[in-house]
Amino acid sequence: MKYFTRLRVRRVYKWRGEPESFNRKLKTYEYRSLEISVEGLPRTTVITTGQHILIEGDDEDNPYVAKVIRLFGDESGKQKKAVVQWFVRVSEVPVSKLKLLGREPHRQEIFYYQSRSCDDEVNAESIIRPVQVKHLDGAAPFPDSDDKDTLYVKLSWDSKTFKVVDAAVVESQPAPASSPPPHPKPSLPPSPPCSPPAAAPASRGPSRRALPTPDPTIMRKAASGEVRYSRTTMSAGKAGPLEAESRHSVTKLSASKCLSDKRRNASARTPGVRKKLELSSADDMIPQDILSQLLDEEQEVMLAQRLSSSPPQALPLTHSLTPIRRAHTAPIAPLRISLKPSVVVLDKLSEMDSPPSTARDDSTSPQLDDVMDAEFPNGSVKTPRRRRNATPRRNCVTRSEQKATTPSQKREQKTSKEPALAVLPEVDNENSPMLTAAVTPRSSKRKSAQLVSSRIRKQLNLDNQQELNSDTEDEDEFVPSKKDLQSSEDEDEEEAGLGSDEEVAVKRGRRAAAAAGGRTPRSKQKTRVSTRTPRKTPSKKVTPSTPRTPRHATPSIPSRTLPARQPTNVLEEARTRLHVSSVPESLPCREQEFQDIYSFVESKIIDSTGGCMYISGVPGTGKTATVHEVMRCLQHAADMDEIPPFHFIEINGMKMTDPHQAYVQILQKLTGQKATADHAAALLEKRFSNPAPRKETTVLLVDELDLLWTRKQNVMYNLFDWPTRRHARLVVLTIANTMDLPERIMINRVASRLGLTRMSFQPYSFKQLQQIIMSRLNKVKAFEEDALQLVSRKVAALSGDARRCLDICRRATEICEHSGADPSATGLVGMSHVMEALNEMFSSAYITAIKCASVQEQLFLRAVIAEFRRLGLEEATFQQVFVQHQALCRVEGLQPISVSEGLTVCQRLGACRLLLLEPSRLGVLQRVRLNVSQDDVLYALKSE
Amino acid sequence: MTTGYTAFLLLCVFIRLHFQVQKILRERFCHQKLPEKPEGVEAQHKHLLELLKRTAIHGESNSVLIVGPRGAGKTMVSLHSGLKMGLCVEMPEKKMNCIEVCLLQTDDRIALKEITRQLHLENAVGDKVFGSFAENLAFLLEALKKGDRSSSRPVLFVLDEFDLFAHHKNQTLLYNLFDVSQSAQAPVAVVGLTCRLDVLELLEKRVKSRFSHRQIHLLSSLTFSQYLERVRAQLSLPGSFPDSKFAQDWNGGIETLCEDKSVEEVLQRHFNSSTDFRSIQMLLMLCLSRVSVAKPTIKPADLLEASRLCLSDAKANMLHGLSILELCLIIAMKHLNDVYEGEPFNLQMVHNEFKKFLHRKSNSMYNFDQPVIMKAFEHLQQLELIRPVDGSSAKTQREYQLMRLMLDHSQIMEALQKYPQCPTDVKQWAMSAFG
Repeated sequence: MKYFTRLRVRRVYKWRGEPESFNRKLKTYEYRSLEISVEGLPRTTVITTGQHILIEGDDEDNPYVAKVIRLFGDESGKQKKAVVQWFVRVSEVPVSKLKLLGREPHRQEIFYYQSRSCDDEVNAESIIRPVQVKHLDGAAPFPDSDDKDTLYVKLSWDSKTFKVVDAAVVESQPAPASSPPPHPKPSLPPSPPCSPPAAAPASRGPSRRALPTPDPTIMRKAASGEVRYSRTTMSAGKAGPLEAESRHSVTKLSASKCLSDKRRNASARTPGVRKKLELSSADDMIPQDILSQLLDEEQEVMLAQRLSSSPPQALPLTHSLTPIRRAHTAPIAPLRISLKPSVVVLDKLSEMDSPPSTARDDSTSPQLDDVMDAEFPNGSVKTPRRRRNATPRRNCVTRSEQKATTPSQKREQKTSKEPALAVLPEVDNENSPMLTAAVTPRSSKRKSAQLVSSRIRKQLNLDNQQELNSDTEDEDEFVPSKKDLQSSEDEDEEEAGLGSDEEVAVKRGRRAAAAAGGRTPRSKQKTRVSTRTPRKTPSKKVTPSTPRTPRHATPSIPSRTLPARQPTNVLEEARTRLHVSSVPESLPCREQEFQDIYSFVESKIIDSTGGCMYISGVPGTGKTATVHEVMRCLQHAADMDEIPPFHFIEINGMKMTDPHQAYVQILQKLTGQKATADHAAALLEKRFSNPAPRKETTVLLVDELDLLWTRKQNVMYNLFDWPTRRHARLVVLTIANTMDLPERIMINRVASRLGLTRMSFQPYSFKQLQQIIMSRLNKVKAFEEDALQLVSRKVAALSGDARRCLDICRRATEICEHSGADPSATGLVGMSHVMEALNEMFSSAYITAIKCASVQEQLFLRAVIAEFRRLGLEEATFQQVFVQHQALCRVEGLQPISVSEGLTVCQRLGACRLLLLEPSRLGVLQRVRLNVSQDDVLYALKSE
Repeated sequence: MTTGYTAFLLLCVFIRLHFQVQKILRERFCHQKLPEKPEGVEAQHKHLLELLKRTAIHGESNSVLIVGPRGAGKTMVSLHSGLKMGLCVEMPEKKMNCIEVCLLQTDDRIALKEITRQLHLENAVGDKVFGSFAENLAFLLEALKKGDRSSSRPVLFVLDEFDLFAHHKNQTLLYNLFDVSQSAQAPVAVVGLTCRLDVLELLEKRVKSRFSHRQIHLLSSLTFSQYLERVRAQLSLPGSFPDSKFAQDWNGGIETLCEDKSVEEVLQRHFNSSTDFRSIQMLLMLCLSRVSVAKPTIKPADLLEASRLCLSDAKANMLHGLSILELCLIIAMKHLNDVYEGEPFNLQMVHNEFKKFLHRKSNSMYNFDQPVIMKAFEHLQQLELIRPVDGSSAKTQREYQLMRLMLDHSQIMEALQKYPQCPTDVKQWAMSAFG
């Protein structure tokens, strides 16, 4: 019997009890619990809502973890369904993202899953058994027990960032079954009385309520946990701009339509950050506008106008989001920096609407509060009562959490949780703005929040005293007076190096963001740049900074001590821009191809289906660059939630040693596992063929496809077969040089799977090449018009290879620079320089080589020609040529050379490939052929 | 007594100085040290230096091929430039990692290991150089990818015998190196050294597209007077020599040597045959080894003798060691070659030819049995003076296997002239027009 169960467990699922309710619309019965019994065993397991369960997945060892939210069945009772809240295991988080965690994940650790990209309705029959899930504080160590059935939750994961998750979300019984909480909003983390974030909202509205006396214990805690403030405001600051950005994108009709527009925008900003900052600044401006009409800079006005093209009522809502976010991210941040940042927000706000003197001592400015209340009159009406009830309990939870964090651990946590910031925007987008708005004022009016506000004020005084003790960094950030604050901000700006000529609005926005964010701008810049740098492909987005284990060590070239020098003159500038490696802001002349690939991939991602595309073209026609550009744009769109998130991985046939390594590389990039080729193939097969409720679309770029050819073609077969599977959600883009590769090297079943989605990149025409150079130079005037045309015409006639074109231009700038001594020269690269470069690159050196050869070598070449003429053939043995050579020596009055010497001469010519020789072991019998035309040889010898 | 002692002391000093001369010159000829500055290829050297400088200073990746015949100074130029970049005093910070890979790396696997070793990356994986080729490649690419233009130290890759890398499977290494040089990764300068003028045709199209197509041709156009000057410079003692009187004497001796007519002729002959300087170093080395305490200067005769050694024909020298029978067989083959115009022959034909000669002479002195002749024939084959015709399988009996003679007539005649105690009739037979 035991034997049997082990072999194949058959479970029987039964509803327990009567249905709780009946949904007429959907015709479903809600149940409270489900009974699972294993056939042949008397014991039954009962699953009730709110319990954590394991669900069958593709990995038998690691079934999915989820919490039951709702159980329901259809009228017939045949279908049993469950609505669940997913948790992700460590193994399910992409490796590249795991680095965001900043520490080694625990074996038994799981993450609260906050992304909506997957279906939360599962078949109840896939439930295996209940499991124990425990919530742990951010700082608490993982228990040492080896109990496999207990899993631990510390953080949430939304496919982009990790965030601290609240115990209430994990452990408490769920909200009423009617409203499944797929995202954290409804189950708001608490804003405890001591939690600083609540301070911000509270500070806005305390005028109407009496301030309770602060509890001394809480005061103490607040003092130790001052970081929290910065933490929360940080997220608030971040959330603002991101929100704005996503709204900005919403105004556009479709991503692909606006692409060219976007790209134009993109070219205007250098780092990816700029645009966002602009928007954030504008966003901050708007409340400003509403509040006090204090706009003084033209650009800001313009930006505001630009933004106001989006639905006008959205603007105040966004603004109002800030406090709530502050509130609900509160527990996320058991961190320490200083109190200042949150104060800064207040500063900022008060600066906007009232004389700055009132700014902080008395952070409650009544007008502000009134304004806000007036703005959201409907807010209080719509707030669900439930929420208010929930608050106190959660407060308790956080309080205990706070106790757990000892000061020594805080620093560590801060670093580890930094990336969690980006979580918010997504969540916000998923909520309807109305809901968010409704929640906002309510939370800001919570009693507890007000409690905190008063404490904060006390806290400020405390901090003043503490300032002396805290380290320098903290000192920097804790700025008691507004003037200091300003100056520190200015410093920040300088540090960030953003003081370019862009808009002042950028600065302002930045200042606002920095102030609101309260974290050092440097770190902010870093995080942003790392995620958004346009130069990097999405897959490389998060590179590990330091290897943790020797096994995964990724060594790097030692860094240089002196920074690379920046180009100083026009020619150097031009040369840098013309280097193939410098990624241009846009790819001109490939708009159509870009559009096609973009819409192909986009549609596949949106429909969550799979597909293959074959891209061909001779080298240097921008195939890989275009695909990368598409991926950048799509990644950007995914970041802004215009399309579902996807995973981009890239393999290159040339960068692997064996076609079967493709499996290994794909698997490693997908999951981080290391496996042998066969095992990897099996794992991938399983991954792509089994249904999984939670799966992102994978976009796979296979470069240099022809090198993946094997005799049985199984690598290619699999690559093209996976996308056709129902549950694969795999898009494969393949690149190779030859247009007819599928017909030429693929057997029918492979070619058929590849499908007919083909695209071919034509070699660039001379006009396109010219345009490419022009766009790269981007108004740097370094070339004469004619010179450019000559290069592009020459290259277009030969190959249409853009790389060649750029290389020639680069060489021409060098030649120009060296001949720069000539005073008559304009300093521009002219025809003569280009001609010289072309000659250097395209002319063969055979004739020069013959001219520079020694006397005997020249004589030998002549003997070869003489012998060829005598024989009437283009081939002779050395022996025959040598006879001629001896004769020629006598004619020339030279001492005849020995056979050994003759052979040496012959070998030297053969090494230069002026002659083609047979292997030298044949001695005098080896046959000799010319590798140059006879005319060339005669010409070279005559002209001497 | 005192005079004798002084003489002895003087002799000791002289001997010491003599050894010093030997040491200096031998080091010069054999150690192949990098010269202070490249001679004869200054323009190309400057070109390369400029290119590497840009990699070092601006972090711009480049790839270049240096093409030139053997002994033209390709390695010298590239290493010289690399060294200058690495050790240049004005910019001590911008050191480059200089990686040299060459002929010894017969495939990409070994080359990769070598690169990893030279980059000092093997320590990153816990002191063990890891297993598979695939891992190794991924590892190196990862390392290079992690760098970026402004922060990583530039790496100079010198690929000696570049054409051999082009024969590696798929040209994986070249593709990846060029790809790094064309993408925004760690700055690299890839310098390929080759003597093949058609090396670009060996590259696969996508590898070729990634190569920047810069070529520096090292083609020396040395004149004879320059050549002579270099020979003189090679033999002269430096000014830093301890005994200036001795050095002056020696240098004066060299002056007179170089002005000697016969010496000039010898050098001219070497110059005609090859402008490559390595061959002349060989010659001078032979000269130097003839200098001894008893004969402290280089005489023109020494040079002539050394030249004779250098230019002597290897195959003809081998003939001197053959027995009379073997020599007779060679002569028979020569006659067969004359008669059948280079058509292959077999042992039976050679034997017949030899028998005809014996009949004419009616001399029983060379009467050998068939097995003896067979043995001699095999010996000739082992010396590779004759070789079987391609394609003739081992099926045929050895006597009937077709062979070709690997010697030129002039070599045979020359060897006969010098053969010690060569019988006159054999000589006559060799010289006679018909067998």
